[in-house]
Amino acid sequence: MNPEFIDINDFRARMETLRRTGMNFLRDIIGMDWGEEGLGAIYSLENTSTGQVLQTAVRCCDREKPSIPTVCDLWSVAELYEREVYDFFGIHFAGHPDMRRLYLRNDWVGHPLRKDYNEDEAINPIRMENEIPEDVQRPYELAEDAEMEISDKLTNKIHGDQYIINIGPQHPATHGVLRFRLALDGEEIRKIDIHCGYIHRGIEKMSEKMTYPQILALTDRLDYLSAHQNRHALCMCIEKAMGIEITDRTQYIRTIMDELQRIDSHLLFLSCAAMDLGAITTFIYGFRDREKILDIFEEVTGGRLIQNYNTIGGVQYDITPDFAKKVKEFCQYQKGKLQEYNDVFTNNIITRKRMIGVGILSYDDAISYGCTGGTGRASGWACDVRKRHPYALYDKVDFKEIIYKNGDCYDRFLVRLDEIVESIHIIEQLIDNIPEGDYKVKTKPIIRIPEGRYSASVEGSRGEFGVFIESKGDKSPYRIKFRPMGLPLVAAMHKILKGAKIADLIAIGATLDYVIPDIDR
Amino acid sequence: MEMKKPAIKSIPYEEFKDNETLEKLLNELNKERTNVIVGKLDDIINWGRSNSLWSLTFATSCCGIEFMAVGAARYDFARFGFEVTRNSPRQADLIMVAGTITHKMAPVLKRLYDQMAEPKYVVAVGGCAISGGPFKGSYHVLNGVDKILPVDVYIPGCPPRPEAMLYGMMQLQRKVKIENFFGDKNRKHNSNDIPNEPIIVTNVPITPNENSEEQ
Repeated sequence: MNPEFIDINDFRARMETLRRTGMNFLRDIIGMDWGEEGLGAIYSLENTSTGQVLQTAVRCCDREKPSIPTVCDLWSVAELYEREVYDFFGIHFAGHPDMRRLYLRNDWVGHPLRKDYNEDEAINPIRMENEIPEDVQRPYELAEDAEMEISDKLTNKIHGDQYIINIGPQHPATHGVLRFRLALDGEEIRKIDIHCGYIHRGIEKMSEKMTYPQILALTDRLDYLSAHQNRHALCMCIEKAMGIEITDRTQYIRTIMDELQRIDSHLLFLSCAAMDLGAITTFIYGFRDREKILDIFEEVTGGRLIQNYNTIGGVQYDITPDFAKKVKEFCQYQKGKLQEYNDVFTNNIITRKRMIGVGILSYDDAISYGCTGGTGRASGWACDVRKRHPYALYDKVDFKEIIYKNGDCYDRFLVRLDEIVESIHIIEQLIDNIPEGDYKVKTKPIIRIPEGRYSASVEGSRGEFGVFIESKGDKSPYRIKFRPMGLPLVAAMHKILKGAKIADLIAIGATLDYVIPDIDR
Repeated sequence: MEMKKPAIKSIPYEEFKDNETLEKLLNELNKERTNVIVGKLDDIINWGRSNSLWSLTFATSCCGIEFMAVGAARYDFARFGFEVTRNSPRQADLIMVAGTITHKMAPVLKRLYDQMAEPKYVVAVGGCAISGGPFKGSYHVLNGVDKILPVDVYIPGCPPRPEAMLYGMMQLQRKVKIENFFGDKNRKHNSNDIPNEPIIVTNVPITPNENSEEQ
C-alpha cells in the first residue's frame, strides 16, 4: 500500500479532517529518512467502525532542523510515537508538549536511524555516569562569600515540591527494565513519566545491514512470548512482497503454533500477574502447565523460548509424527486446569478486591491510545486482527472474540483466561485436519524484495504486531519498522494511573501485560 | 591445614568440566598453610554460603524468563539452595546478568553491583551478557558484561537451557567453596594478588526429560 503524501503546510488540516471523519485508531508512526528527499513520517490509520485503512505521509526537506506539526492532541498515543521518531530521526514535532528522547540517553550524540548517522564508538562510548533527567536543574544558591553558585542539590523543574519516586529499571513488578518516575501526593499518583530504552537493542538499525533471512533471527527476540507470531508477521510480509504462495500445510502449522504460543504467553501472564499480587502458588501452577507447551515446541522446533521456526516460504522443519497426539493431549489437560486457576486465584477475595474497579481504561481511551490485544478487548474494543484482517487460517476457523466491558484490571485478567479456551478451541479444529504436502516451498537462494512499501500485521499475544518494510530492491531493507505491542499500553498508563494509589500501579502494570524488549526493540 | 577440592553431593568431581581453573585457584590459596581452627571455620562457613546462594533478580530480556522457569515447578532450583531471589542488591550474594545490557543499562548494572555486599559473584547468562550475542554490532549494546564487571561463571546459550543454568550455578557453588573467609589470603578481597578466573560452562549433558514421559 502506498501512502498518500501530504504537503507539510496542509498536513495538520488534513489529519484533523481524517480524525473527524472517523479515523480514530493511529496504528503507528513510522519515521523515515529518504536521504536527498528529506526526512518524514508515515502515519498508519484505521477507522475502527468501518475497518477502512489508510496511510498518510509527510515530508520535510530541511535536514538540519526538520519539523512536522504534531498530531498528539488528535491521537493520544502519538505523544510517545512522536518522541520515538524524534529520538531516532531528530524530527521535531511542533506543538508537542514534551519533546524529549524516548529510548536513548539524553546525552546521546546523533539520531541513530538517520542514514548519515556516525556509528563511531568514540562519539558514543559507554557512559558509566548516571543520567540526569532533563527536568532536573541545579539551583543557584547564595554561598558564604555572597557569591551565587550552582548548588549540588538537584531540584525538579516540572514537579515542584511533589515527592518523586523511581520505580525501575531494576524492579520485579515492571516485568523487565521499564522505569517510571512518579510524582506522588501522599499515596496518590499525580504524574507519571515513562523512561524506556533500558533494553533498546537497535534491532531496526541492525536490520538495515542484514539480509532478510538474517533479520528473521531478531524478531523472536523482540517479544519472546510471541516469538512465533512476530516471525509469522515478518515472513508474511516478505512472502506478500515477493509473491510467494505458501502451502496449506504451512498455514495449518503456523496457525497452530501461533495459538500454542498465545496460550504459553497467557499462562505466563497469569503466573506473573499472580506473583505481582503475592500469589506464589498460581505462579507455580502456571509455569507447570507452560512447560507442557514448551515440550511440544522443543520437540518440533528445537527451542524452548526462542524457536526460530517460521522461515520465508514455510517453516524450518516438518512437524513430528506424534505432534497431533501431543497437542491433543495438552488441550485436554489444559482445559481441566483452568478451573484450578479460578479456584486458587481468580475467585480469591484478595484478587477481586485488588482488581475489580481498579485501573479503568475507557473504550474511547483504549482506541485513542491504540491499546490493542487483551487490554483493548477488556475495554470493549473489538480489535482482534484475526477478526479484523484475517490472515493464515483465521477466516476458516470458528472462534469467539472475547470482549469485556468494564476495562478494569479484573476484566483484563479474565480476557486472557478466556482466550486460552478460545485458542484451545481453534487448535482442536485444525489439529486433525493438517493436510499432507510440503512444509516449505523452495525460494530463491538470495532473497530480494521488489522496490516498494509493504506491511503486514498479526495478532500477537498482547496486541497487534505489525511489520513495515520499505525496500529499494536490495538484499536488505531500506527501512524496517516493527509496531510494538507494548508501547501503546505503556502510553496509556499515564491515563490509567492518574489519581490511582501507588499499590494499584503493580496490579495495573501486571494486567496490562507488556514485555519490555518489545517496547524498546 | 590445606583446603580440599570442592565436593558437590551426588556428582563426582571428575564429571565437572573445567576443573583446571578451580585447581589453579586452589593451588594459589594452598601455597601458605592455614591454621586448623580457622580452616575448619572456613569450611563450615563456605558450606553454608555455597548452599544458600541468594541471587538478585536482574533480568533484562529473554534469559530472565528461562531463569523464572528454572525457579518454577519442573526444574525447581530450590533443590540446590538458590530459591531465594532478592529484589534488593543489599541482600543478594550474586547477580545473574540475564539478558542484553545496553548503553543505558550499563551504569545501572554497575551501580547495582556496587551496592551488593561482599563477597559477591557475577554469573553471565546467555549470549548477550557474554559477548553481545546476536546484537553484537548494534550501536546501543554492550558487548559483554565482563567489560564492566568481573564475571565468575559464564553460561552460554540463547537462552541457555535450564539444565545449563543449574550446572552453571553448581560451578559457582564449587567456586564459593574454595575461598578463605578469614585470614589475609582471601581470593575475593585481594583480587590483585589472585586473578579472578571465570568458569565457562560447556557441553552440558542433557538427560531426556523423564517428567514428560510420565504424563
